[in-house]
Parts: sequence; C-alpha cells; structure tokens
Amino acid sequence: MAWQTQASPPAQPGPVSTPIGSPGPATPPVASPAAQATPSTQGASGSVEVAGAPVQTGQYNAEPMGFYTDTTVCIGCKACEVACKEWNQLPASNGGANLLSGLSYDNTRRLDGEHWRHVRFIEQFDESRSQGRWLMMSDVCKHCVQAGCLEVCPTGAIIRTEFDTVVIQSDTCNGCRACIPACPFGVIEVNPVNNTAMKCTLCYDRLQAGLQPACSQACPTASIQFGPIRELKGRANMRLEQLQGQGVDQARLYGADDSIVGGLNSFYLLVDEPEVYGLPANPQLPSRNVPTGAGLSALGAAALGVLGAVGLRKHRMDQFAEEARASAASGAVDGEVRGG
Amino acid sequence: MGSLVVLLADAPSDTFYTKSPHWGWLIVFYFFLGGLAGGSAFLGGLIDLFGARQDRFAARIGHLLAAPLIAVSGVLLIVDLNRPERFWHMLIQNNTGEPMIKYWVPISVGVWLVSLFGLFSALAFVGVAAEQGWLGGRLQGLRTLREGGIGKAISALTALTGISVAGYTGVLLADTNRPLWGDTTLLGILFLLSGVSAAAAAITLLSGRRANRETLHWLGNMDAVSSLLELLVLIVLVVSIGSVVREVWGNAWGVLVALGTVLAGILIPLVLHWRPNLLGRMSVPSAAALVLIGSFCLRAAVVIASEQS
Ligand code: SF4
Ligand code: SF4
Repeated sequence: MAWQTQASPPAQPGPVSTPIGSPGPATPPVASPAAQATPSTQGASGSVEVAGAPVQTGQYNAEPMGFYTDTTVCIGCKACEVACKEWNQLPASNGGANLLSGLSYDNTRRLDGEHWRHVRFIEQFDESRSQGRWLMMSDVCKHCVQAGCLEVCPTGAIIRTEFDTVVIQSDTCNGCRACIPACPFGVIEVNPVNNTAMKCTLCYDRLQAGLQPACSQACPTASIQFGPIRELKGRANMRLEQLQGQGVDQARLYGADDSIVGGLNSFYLLVDEPEVYGLPANPQLPSRNVPTGAGLSALGAAALGVLGAVGLRKHRMDQFAEEARASAASGAVDGEVRGG
Repeated sequence: MGSLVVLLADAPSDTFYTKSPHWGWLIVFYFFLGGLAGGSAFLGGLIDLFGARQDRFAARIGHLLAAPLIAVSGVLLIVDLNRPERFWHMLIQNNTGEPMIKYWVPISVGVWLVSLFGLFSALAFVGVAAEQGWLGGRLQGLRTLREGGIGKAISALTALTGISVAGYTGVLLADTNRPLWGDTTLLGILFLLSGVSAAAAAITLLSGRRANRETLHWLGNMDAVSSLLELLVLIVLVVSIGSVVREVWGNAWGVLVALGTVLAGILIPLVLHWRPNLLGRMSVPSAAALVLIGSFCLRAAVVIASEQS
C-alpha cells in the first residue's frame, strides 16, 4: 500500500486521511448538490513547499469546481494522460511494455483503474482513406452532480467533497465492484496494484493545497480548463456562440446544464452527437429501476405466499377433520364400553 | 476505434456505454444457491405456518437445505471481493464503527438480508437437528426452536428473509447501467420465481418417497405455478426490450435460455407435471432435476451474457 500513500505529497493531507463529512449513509439517493456537498474543509492558509516552489494554499473556496473541456482545440498530445499518471503515481500497464491497439493511433483505449485520463481519438475515414476527420476528446470521470457510483457504493467508500467532486477512498473500498456498472460512462475499474476501485479524484489533494489538477495544468492548448463551475459555464457558452457564429452548427455543450444526471462537473464542448464520442445520449442513475423492481418482486413473493398458504390450509383442515372423526369414533367406543 | 464508435452509435440502449463489473461464475453460483436457499426456507416456513402435521417432513428438508446453502453463498460473496479481508466494511463503517446500510441500495440491504437469513436459517436448522434426535444430551432441548411461538417466529422470519434473498439478487442487477440488467425491472421477480420453483424441485428430489403424497402434490403445484409465472415474465421481458435482448442473447447465451431454461427447465417439467405417467416412476425426479438445471442456466445467461456485452 506504499503506492497509495505516496499518491499525495508528504506535507499535504491525502484524500484518504481527511474525513470529509459523513460517507454514504447520510446521503440521500438523489441529493441536490447542496445536500451532497459538505461545506468548508478549507486547507490552512499559508504557504508550503511543493517541488521546491512556494505555493499559496487554501485559495479555493468550497464551491463546485470542475473541468470544461473544449474538444475543438485538443491536439491529442496526451500530455494530460501523462501528467495524471505522474502525479498520481499510477503504474504502467503491461509491466511497461508497449502494447499497440492495432486499430487506432490511440493505444490507451479506455479509462480504467490505472488510466484516469484517456484522450479518445475518433478517426473517421472514407473507404479510400482520402477523406478523413479526426476528433479528439480528453475523457475523464464526469464528477456527476447525481453520481451513480456514489449512490450505489455499499461501503460508503465513495464520497462527495467540499468541491462537489466525487472521490473514492481506497482504504474503505473492498472491491465489490458495484460502482463499475453503476457509472453511466464506464469510468471506474479496479486498480491491479491495490485491488480497489479507482478513478480520477479531480486531484483532491492538489485542490486542498490550492493547486489546480495536474492534467489541466499540463494541457498546452487549454482544451482542459479548470475552475469554479459557474465561471466555466460562462466561458463555455461564449465559445459555443463563437463557434456557432462561424457556422459550426453541430457544436453543443454536453453536461453543462442539469439535464444530464443533474449536471456534469466535468462537461464538454462537442461538435457532433455525443454517441460519436462514445458518450451516452441520455445517461441515467442506476436507481431508476429499483423501486419498480423491488415492488414487482414483493408482489411475486406475496402471490406465491398466498397460493402456497391456501393449498396448505386444506391439508390442515383435512388433518383437523380426520382428528375430529377419530376422536368422535373413539368417544363413541368409550361410551359403548361404559354403557355396556 | 472507428468500428467501436459505429458500434456504440448503433447501441440499442445507453447501457452499452458502460463497463462490466466482472461478476463471473462465483456470482452465478451465488445467485443460484442463494435463490435455492431462500426458496427452500420460504417453502419450509409456509409449511410450518400453514401446513398439516404430515407436511412437516418436507419443511424439515427445506430448513436443512437453506442454512448450509446460504453459508456457502456467504463464502462465495466474500471470496468474490477484490479485498475479501474488508468484507465487513459493508456491515460496519470502517472509519466510524457505525452500522453501514443504504436502504436504497439493493447490495447494501442484501448484505444485511443474507446475514439475517443466515442467522434465522441456522436457528431453524439446529431446531430440526434437535427434532430429529441428531443432537445428544442437553442439546436435545433445542427442539424448542421448532415449537410454539418461538418456532412460529423463527419459521416466519426465515421464510421472509429467505424469499427476500431470492428476489433481491435480481434487483441488485437492475441497480446498474449494464445491458439487459439495467434495461428492465423484471429480473428481481424472475429470479424469485425461479428460486421458488428450484426449491420446490430440490425438496421433492431430496424427499423421495418419504414425504407425504399430499405434500409432494403441493410442492409440485408450487413448482408448476412459479414455473408458469416465470415463463410469463420471461416472455414480457423479451418483448419489452427486444432490441437489447437481440444484442445480449442473440448468441449461444440465448440458445442456453431457450433450451436450458425454457424448454428443459420449464416446458418439459410442466408436461411431466400434468402427464406424470410419461416417464413412470422417473417422471417426478426427472422433472425436478430439469427445473434445477433450468434455474442455473437462467442465472448464467443473465449474468455472463451481459458481462460479455
Ligand atoms: S462519471 Fe461515473 S465515476 Fe465519475 S462521478 Fe459520474 S458516475 Fe461516478
Ligand atoms: S468497489 Fe469499492 S468503491 Fe466501488 S462500490 Fe464497491 S466498495 Fe464502493
């Protein structure tokens, strides 16, 4: 577990050791951001040495923070992927050996327990490969305002922070893997090093120290922008207007309003249908099925119970009748004996 | 990538954009054994509460089945965790020491259900063992666990927690965003019905000729009714989410459902139920064995086929 504790620099509290509000049980299934966010665990003010540079701490307020990703300016350099791996000390896959996908210039292929950022390449070519279009999108956990993963986690390992982000506490996770199918975006996987479910923490440790996340800091084109959500939304809307003014009418925002699972604290500017980017058009909370599913099951149980009891009741009545007949008969015999 | 994008763009449901939890054969076996245990306790409890004296033999078989099966289930569940030594984090919050439960999460409720069912079914098991005279000396007194008010309470609680265990496993799958699982609300009732019919079959098989004829008749009826309802639910499921079913079961798994669950597990046993002379003395045991196989195939096809989507 040395790997886990190393994930945060020595002078700072890691995500694991800082208790933030209460875990799961206090959180209603579909909570408003206000109810899910736990107010103010501000880092102490002052300055600490991080990698030799003096950094102001405690400069972020406890308000919703996140990413706005403008996919139109992404050049697919994967600097964010590398910065994420470096900061979070995520292991190389395949023991560091090169493994090419063979299908794409993208060899990362997916988000998982050791890839918390993934620059997705959408390579669209015609038959002759003379015409083509490249779309690139740096994918990450969406830090959903209504998070499916947080909703289902049965150990309470997944929490919402004061920045309205979603963090998995690895010292609580027992690897039940319920969060993996609950996430509508397929973000979470088990990390093979510590055998717990892992994903982007939105650099919770850095945020607490007043630093921006490693990926957005590394992005050379400002495709990934970090900041308070309300500010990011303003920027995104301006960019959208600009693009539409230039005739890019397919441009759209994904997750910037609350129509998608209450809003995504990592939202996107896309220039095609979300499906083209491997994003679901209408992601939903897994709990949508639970009341009906449980209700129908209860109905089934009740029906079988009643049917079974009615069938058995007849046996019991027969038994009683039998006993009554037997005792009547023996009573009659007794009477005869006495009378005689 | 291009092919992946095209595939995703054509996905019949948003559930195809998600990742599978790697719930494999351990979970299939857990769902099967847990359903069987729950169904057995349910039928046993029903007999205890509503049946006649001569039905009690079958009830005892039910209780003798339930406790060991749910114990094995518990072990399967723990072994399946990536960090088995932390299984208790689902019962006790590791950082506060307080009880851990989320009433809106089937897995969380289920962990408590399995634990409580384990407790109650163990009490019923011990009671039956004492009743049968398998316990020596003063332990013989434990037969009170099967008598009077205490006995009734234990029977009722075992039946209630048992049937809940049989059903929650399907609701647990519905609490996801995975193909098939998250696309329907019918898996809970489907698993529950199949659990009860499998339990009726198992009790019939184990009773052999020793059980009362009337009781065997009742078990046969319970099996038939739950099988028929199961078939009905399965049809509604396929019709209601046809495009998803085509994607997930349009392969060998679909064949398994058709042949293993529907034909072997439901239709043939139903025919044997109404025409018991077809196979002579072998009719009842063959039907029961087929029902058990069908119930296992159903869980394998639901779990593994979606895993592979
Ligand atoms: S994107 Fe998935 S992992 Fe991230 S917060 Fe939302 S549900 Fe959880
Ligand atoms: S795998 Fe870990 S984080 Fe995910 S639901 Fe289970 S306990 Fe929670």
